[in-house]
Amino acid sequence: MRMSKIVRVSADLLYAGILIFGFYVIMHGHLTPGGGFQGGAVIATALALIVVAYSYEDLLAMAGKLRLIVQESAGLILFLCIALAAVAIGTTVFANYLANTGSLFGMTVPFGTNPGELNTGGVIPLMNIAVGLEVWAALGLVILYLLSGVSEKEA
Amino acid sequence: MIAAIIANAPALLIGIPLLGAFFSPLIGRISRDARALWVLAIITLTTLVGLLTAYLVYTGGTVIYVFGAAATTLSIPADSGGIPVRILLTLDALSALMVIITVTVGFSVILYSLSSDSRRSSLEAYYTLFLLMIASVLGMVGTGDIFNFFVFLEISSLAAAGLVAYKVEKGRAVEAGLKYLMVSMIGGIFFLFAIAILYGQYNALNIAMLARMIQWTPLDKLALVLMITALAAKCGAVPMHFWTPDAYSMAPSAVTAMLVVVSQASLYGLFRICFTLYGLSLSYVVIGWVIIILGLLSMVVGVTMAIPQKDIKRLMAYHAVSQTGYMLLGVGVGLAVLGDQALLSSFGMTAMEGGIFHIMNHAIYKGLLFLTAGAIIYQVGTSDLNRMGGLGHRMKWTMIFFIIGALAIAGIPPFNGFASKFLIYESVFAFNPVLSIIAMVVSILTLASFVKVFHSVFMGPPLPEFQHVKEAPHTMLIGMTILAALVIISGIFPAFFVEHLIAPAAHALADQGAYLAAVLGGA
Repeated sequence: MRMSKIVRVSADLLYAGILIFGFYVIMHGHLTPGGGFQGGAVIATALALIVVAYSYEDLLAMAGKLRLIVQESAGLILFLCIALAAVAIGTTVFANYLANTGSLFGMTVPFGTNPGELNTGGVIPLMNIAVGLEVWAALGLVILYLLSGVSEKEA
Repeated sequence: MIAAIIANAPALLIGIPLLGAFFSPLIGRISRDARALWVLAIITLTTLVGLLTAYLVYTGGTVIYVFGAAATTLSIPADSGGIPVRILLTLDALSALMVIITVTVGFSVILYSLSSDSRRSSLEAYYTLFLLMIASVLGMVGTGDIFNFFVFLEISSLAAAGLVAYKVEKGRAVEAGLKYLMVSMIGGIFFLFAIAILYGQYNALNIAMLARMIQWTPLDKLALVLMITALAAKCGAVPMHFWTPDAYSMAPSAVTAMLVVVSQASLYGLFRICFTLYGLSLSYVVIGWVIIILGLLSMVVGVTMAIPQKDIKRLMAYHAVSQTGYMLLGVGVGLAVLGDQALLSSFGMTAMEGGIFHIMNHAIYKGLLFLTAGAIIYQVGTSDLNRMGGLGHRMKWTMIFFIIGALAIAGIPPFNGFASKFLIYESVFAFNPVLSIIAMVVSILTLASFVKVFHSVFMGPPLPEFQHVKEAPHTMLIGMTILAALVIISGIFPAFFVEHLIAPAAHALADQGAYLAAVLGGA
């Protein structure tokens, strides 16, 4: 059951904004309040918006259960592998082996007041991305499973 | 490579089952056999790492694993001012014993489950939840941080509730799962509130750090009450036992056997908080008696409720409540005399050894009994005792395993239940003869109840409607064989187990100073 054209167009406009904001919160997890969980939850609200403005079937066509399950597992596995990779490198699990190395997210944080360097934090931003992936997929699945019990006639 | 594994064994112990859990939905897309192999490989690895960790603890003393530190044992960073800021695992002998119990029962149960649950239609989430539950138990017994304990407690509640509801059974299993979830979640909120109280006062979450500073203020008393209530509800002690018959009887049998271990891990948490977190700062006589009374109630109510049951798994579930009472009784007596060194060494330590030995024995024989019940239900298709009969002709091995488990739970020599119950009777008699007599009466009632079950399931002529019934499949029998062998071995050589596994665990529990020194250094 789709809503009117006004609602659908507004949802289309909002959709991009919500996604950008969600990704922003995930990516800046190590600099600003928020992080993977909060950003992932924001992105999942975009999926909920699709259900409200369009329909359950449209959401299924956009993001099937299998795709979300794969994303969810990928997020969890990525998180755990980043943590366990420390063993292969020779430090302890969850050690921040990328910080201050100059490689990915490896810049040293500049001293004093600064606008926030995105390229810092070592494994923390990577883990935020993994958590974000997991949370939006899991919450998306929750939305799908909750709605799969509702029949078209009652709605 | 080997050195890295040994150094990181405590973290891998939790990491491997988690990794297995997250990969299993993806591998399940390939084929059912691939997933079965994957789960088997993961549980084998977990068991090996678990036994390795336990070996390290028993030979080298308490093992500390600090996440993210420069070295695994660096619990207090040089620039932190003597405060352990990082999350850490602290495995002493008691934790190691719990790890051994978890991995052995987990291994047998997964073996059993691979064939007993292969008929189910949807296994996507089953093994994920199962491995998550095993990982959460390993986390609960391994962690040295009270907030992490709460996190693992919640993971175990969610995973276990999902597994209890797995069969649906026209909504009855879902109801049981929901009931379990409610009790666990309310307990979890209590626990979180207690943590907040402690954190607000002492600014620490590390168990050792908290233990050093704890004062026994009115707020600390409140926190202790909340934590004891939460964990007693989670381990199924009367009067918070009402979820056990539903959850234990509705869950698939392999899950029930593992749920017993989850309950034991909550019991571990209860003892850890009383002995290590509070130690001598709490009024040990009062709290000891509270635990003893919880134990007595569980023993008596559990067994009297078990006798009239007609469903084989409900009956066993009430017996699980009753047996939990023995552990509470044994360790409660140890707590009640904790401050009195003379009494502690004359019978208190023995009572604690009995209680802890019973945790191990109970996990093994109760797991075995639930697995035999599962094998019977798998082949016969009903759990109603009144509709069974004459199965001894068809399921000889299951019958033998059932006899072993039943005699062990009733405390008949030479099975392991006798060894631990004897330790409890003997030492509790020195503390208060009445308690010991009640414990013996409960044991006799347990035997009576299992004689009834044995008679109605296995005895009598073969029934015509069970013509097609065969012995359980091989992997189920292997799982049961491992547990039955452990029941017999630890029953015939109890002295070996008590000396090498149980006594170090009991001493680790009673010796708060050693735990603190291991984490915070000798200061």
